Amino acid sequence: MMILSRSVALISLFLLPLLTFSFSVDNPTDRRVLVLLDDLSLKSSHSIFFNTLKSRGFDLDFKLAEDPKLALQRYGQYLYDGLIIFAPSTERLGGSLDSKSIADFVDSGRDLILSADTSASDLIRGIATECGVDFDEDSSAMVIDHTSFSASDVDGDHTLIAADDLVKSDVILGKAKIEAPVLFRGVAHSLNPTNNLVLKVLSASPSAYSANPSSKLSSPPQLTGSAISLVSVMQARNNARVVISGSLQLFSDRLIRSGVQKAGSPNQYEKSGNEQFVTELSKWVFHERGHLKAGSLVHHRVGETDEPAIYRIKDDLEFSVEIYEWSGKSWEPYVANDVQVQFYMMSPYVLKTLSTDKKGLFHTSFKVPDVYGVFQFKVEYEKLGYTTLSLSKQIPVRPYRHNEYERFIPTAYPYYGACFTTMAGFFVFSFVYLYHK
Amino acid sequence: MGGKTEPAKSESMATATTRSPDLINSSFFSFKSLKLKTKQQELLLRISILGLVYILAFIARLFSVLRYESMIHEFDPYFNYRTTLFLTEKGFYEFWNWFDSESWYPLGRIIGGTLYPGLMVTAALIYWALRFLRFFVHIREVCVLTAPFFASNTTLVAYFFGKEIWDTGAGLVAAVLIAICPGYISRSVAGSYDNEAVAIFALLLTFYLFVKAVNTGSLAWALGSAFGYFYMVSAWGGYVFIINLVPLYVLVLLITGRYSMRLYIAYNCMYILGMLLAMQIRFVGFQHVQSGEHMGAMGVFLLMQVFYFLDWVKYQLNDTKLFQTFLRITVTSAILVGGIALGVGTASGYISPWTGRFYSLLDPTYAKDHIPIIASVSEHQPTAWSSFMFDYHILLFLFPAGLYFCFKRLSDATIFIVMYGLTSLYFAGVMVRLILVATPAVCLISAIAVSATVKNLTSLLRTKQKVSQTGSTKGAGSSKASSKVTLDQSQPFQKNGAIALLVGVFYLLSRYAIHCTWVTSEAYSSPSIVLAARGAHGNRIIFDDYREAYYWLRQNTPTDAKIMSWWDYGYQITAMGNRTVIVDNNTWNNTHIATVGRAMSSYEDEAYDIMRSLDVNYVLVVFGGVTGYSSDDINKFLWMVRIGGGVFPVIKEPDYLVNGEFRVDKGASPKMLNCLMYKLCYYRFGELTTEYGKPPGYDRARGVEIGNKDIKLEHLEEAYTTSNWIVRIYRVKPPTNRL
Repeated sequence: MMILSRSVALISLFLLPLLTFSFSVDNPTDRRVLVLLDDLSLKSSHSIFFNTLKSRGFDLDFKLAEDPKLALQRYGQYLYDGLIIFAPSTERLGGSLDSKSIADFVDSGRDLILSADTSASDLIRGIATECGVDFDEDSSAMVIDHTSFSASDVDGDHTLIAADDLVKSDVILGKAKIEAPVLFRGVAHSLNPTNNLVLKVLSASPSAYSANPSSKLSSPPQLTGSAISLVSVMQARNNARVVISGSLQLFSDRLIRSGVQKAGSPNQYEKSGNEQFVTELSKWVFHERGHLKAGSLVHHRVGETDEPAIYRIKDDLEFSVEIYEWSGKSWEPYVANDVQVQFYMMSPYVLKTLSTDKKGLFHTSFKVPDVYGVFQFKVEYEKLGYTTLSLSKQIPVRPYRHNEYERFIPTAYPYYGACFTTMAGFFVFSFVYLYHK
Repeated sequence: MGGKTEPAKSESMATATTRSPDLINSSFFSFKSLKLKTKQQELLLRISILGLVYILAFIARLFSVLRYESMIHEFDPYFNYRTTLFLTEKGFYEFWNWFDSESWYPLGRIIGGTLYPGLMVTAALIYWALRFLRFFVHIREVCVLTAPFFASNTTLVAYFFGKEIWDTGAGLVAAVLIAICPGYISRSVAGSYDNEAVAIFALLLTFYLFVKAVNTGSLAWALGSAFGYFYMVSAWGGYVFIINLVPLYVLVLLITGRYSMRLYIAYNCMYILGMLLAMQIRFVGFQHVQSGEHMGAMGVFLLMQVFYFLDWVKYQLNDTKLFQTFLRITVTSAILVGGIALGVGTASGYISPWTGRFYSLLDPTYAKDHIPIIASVSEHQPTAWSSFMFDYHILLFLFPAGLYFCFKRLSDATIFIVMYGLTSLYFAGVMVRLILVATPAVCLISAIAVSATVKNLTSLLRTKQKVSQTGSTKGAGSSKASSKVTLDQSQPFQKNGAIALLVGVFYLLSRYAIHCTWVTSEAYSSPSIVLAARGAHGNRIIFDDYREAYYWLRQNTPTDAKIMSWWDYGYQITAMGNRTVIVDNNTWNNTHIATVGRAMSSYEDEAYDIMRSLDVNYVLVVFGGVTGYSSDDINKFLWMVRIGGGVFPVIKEPDYLVNGEFRVDKGASPKMLNCLMYKLCYYRFGELTTEYGKPPGYDRARGVEIGNKDIKLEHLEEAYTTSNWIVRIYRVKPPTNRL
């Protein structure tokens, strides 16, 4: 007994790192996060943000961005689940890292927080471009807003923005409303119009523009108004999440602690909305919220339980799928009334909204259309903030077999009658003709 | 009946005896005293000749098996093979109700309802029979040898047919001619497991039985002909030829005043029973009463009834004048009623109009203008003179001579064969593949020419040799032939002339045999799935790239992968690669094919959207630039553009041409150089040196250096290229993760 328990303890000791530090489907929340800084003093100047992460159980690994021993993966295995790059001025990353390996990191399904700042390096811009975001090309430009700046902006160049145009999504920014404006000082960016995976989380007001605050404007600014995004997020097709911020100060203790009053507004807040904003955003980006998983698509004929290899036209079928949501600690049933299933062959022939039993099971039943072909059950669930569910299952639909039609059609009885009377008549006629005389 | 066949037999005896002079000599002296024995000898001779012809027809078609291996040829036979396999494995009812989800993705195809099952059922029956007899052969062997087997059977039918329309001699010659005629061999070599393989047998059988029924007026023969017709309908869409030729023939007989009770019985029985039987084939269904192509037969059927009715009325009324009036009224009203019925039927949509294929048969230019998908098939092209020469050789000259003999001895049977010959020859001129349909008629008519000529010449010789013999020949032969003989007797050197002519005939026939063997061995025995070429030192090089590619697909792709290729390769991919295809050789859905044509002729990013919408995983192209294989996708490309442009006007043919010229070199149009098909064919080709002394990227199939050597693929990646680059397979990448 002792030996057994000891060996179990031993095994679990070996397995422990695997169990706790691996990104898996069962536990989508990141655990190991690499933080790249261009100056180790950021560790203390942004300690509130880092401490909230640590307190939520993240294992932060601080490294200088130019550290020559930097490596994201070893022996083909990634060492980290998430990456925070707070190194806006770094021109070259240490080790073997470059913008392509960062992009590969995202493509492997891992998450990234990238923060630029004024005079962001080409490297940081390059990574942002890979994620569908373009920073203002003028490296000295900042976001200037002469109407919604923070009243505490003592310099008078109106670059400390009090932004309150947040994306309306409980999933990305949490259920609690962020009351106070978010303080922002940094560089503007715009979204790549051809990329539909990226979206603005914090937008500038219509009166904002991007220019160098210390020089006079010689030509109209290229980025103006609400086209300017201050903080954006991108959720890749493999559900890797990326946050791109134009301001590193946004995460800093100074702005988190400072009070805020939007110029011209009577509302004064003790504390800016920054802390809530960055905390909630980091929960989203590290998959503590808004992560869905679906079981396989289950379908069968009404009254049966096994999945058939083929349906017949006009069959009645039942369809169900289980969807769960990750709460940060466990999988909870997902509750929504907008999950739809398509019965699809080049275009949806049936489109039905699934009803849920509040225990994670979404189900419906419908009749197979009167069209044969190779159909697909498709659940394409794309909801703002949530991971994308894209499930499909192929199933052929055949026409009737030769013996599945009605054998006798009531409307055809006159024809049957005609047929048999003709036969009888022919027989009688032959008989009479042959034996009459 | 007795009066008809008896002289034919004794005539044939004369012909048959001429075929083996030494035998005559040995038995000549006892000819009179042992008449019965000679008859037996003649029968023995005839049977042994037929037996040899039967074997000859079979072994002449085995070149491909000996040279390559026992395999299925070309494109359509692979579908037939796949369905036969299904039939033998799953049984008839599963076959009948088979919904195939592996082709025409995502539409699928109801195989059971869209094929002519005759061929598959025939092969399966042979297979089951052999298994019952404890011959455990593989179904593939049965499929490979079905065509030669039925070609042998066709020779037997040709013999009986020739005997029916002329005499046994003509029948024997017809059997020999058709056994090795290249026009027929082209579609019936071993491995050419296609519908035509059994259909020609069925066609000739139907015609033979019908002519027999017309000659005898027997209900039994007509019934046999109806069953022959049923077999034909079950085997091939060419049955439309029968259902139009037979009524046409009947109509001609009616017009020429050859109406008889025999004709009435033969046609009515054959038409009604044949129609009812044909309706049992799902693919044909109600077409016999609903389609414009079959309306002629029905019209003639009704006309027959009117004729019969008039005959009866004429018999009842003895007044000629009254009958004339009655005739006028009846004929006018009958035509009126028929016309109105046809008009109403067509207008209400009950009777479908003629199909495009039917139109293109009557008017050779129709398909070119209206249906590119029909015009694109090489075997649907109008026939060149050279291919007539190639496929018929001396028959082309014997055919008019045979027509002459037929017209000299006009009967119901010869009228039929003349009509069959002339109509089918016209169709053969319209479409290359229909040479096949004309071949039996050409062989039969030529056989009449050969047989009649040889018989006339030999009878000339023999009248000189033995005057006593002429009596029997005269009595046996028709009066015209004998009058000719007497006429010829007055000419000088007629014996020498006859000998010279006979030698000439035998020389021609031997040239024919040599030509046929050569054509069969060189031109018609290539499986086209395995390509052969001559190397620099005269050695044979085999390109087995197709099978290499299909086995790669079978082994390396997910089982539900969808392959996009031009439709030519669809059947082969499903049969050999066992993967789902978007389009295949059953070109039933023009829009679907046009979509693939559009994808192939679009830029890569546009094509990518089309391929995504069709769930395509792999794209397969056939490329001959390395080997010089000319029937590759680049050479077929203009058809893809035309077919695609026919449905999607964004594809315009002039965009791919420069001054009306199709080029792939530097002078090619920019759209051509960047369309998907060009990119897929020539990807990485610019690095390759194909021929010594030529720059890299030299396309050997077209003999030019390609225009775009730096091809980069964005949404596709090369998955596999076969050893001679003939088949290239590309994988469609999933959409980029971050865009």
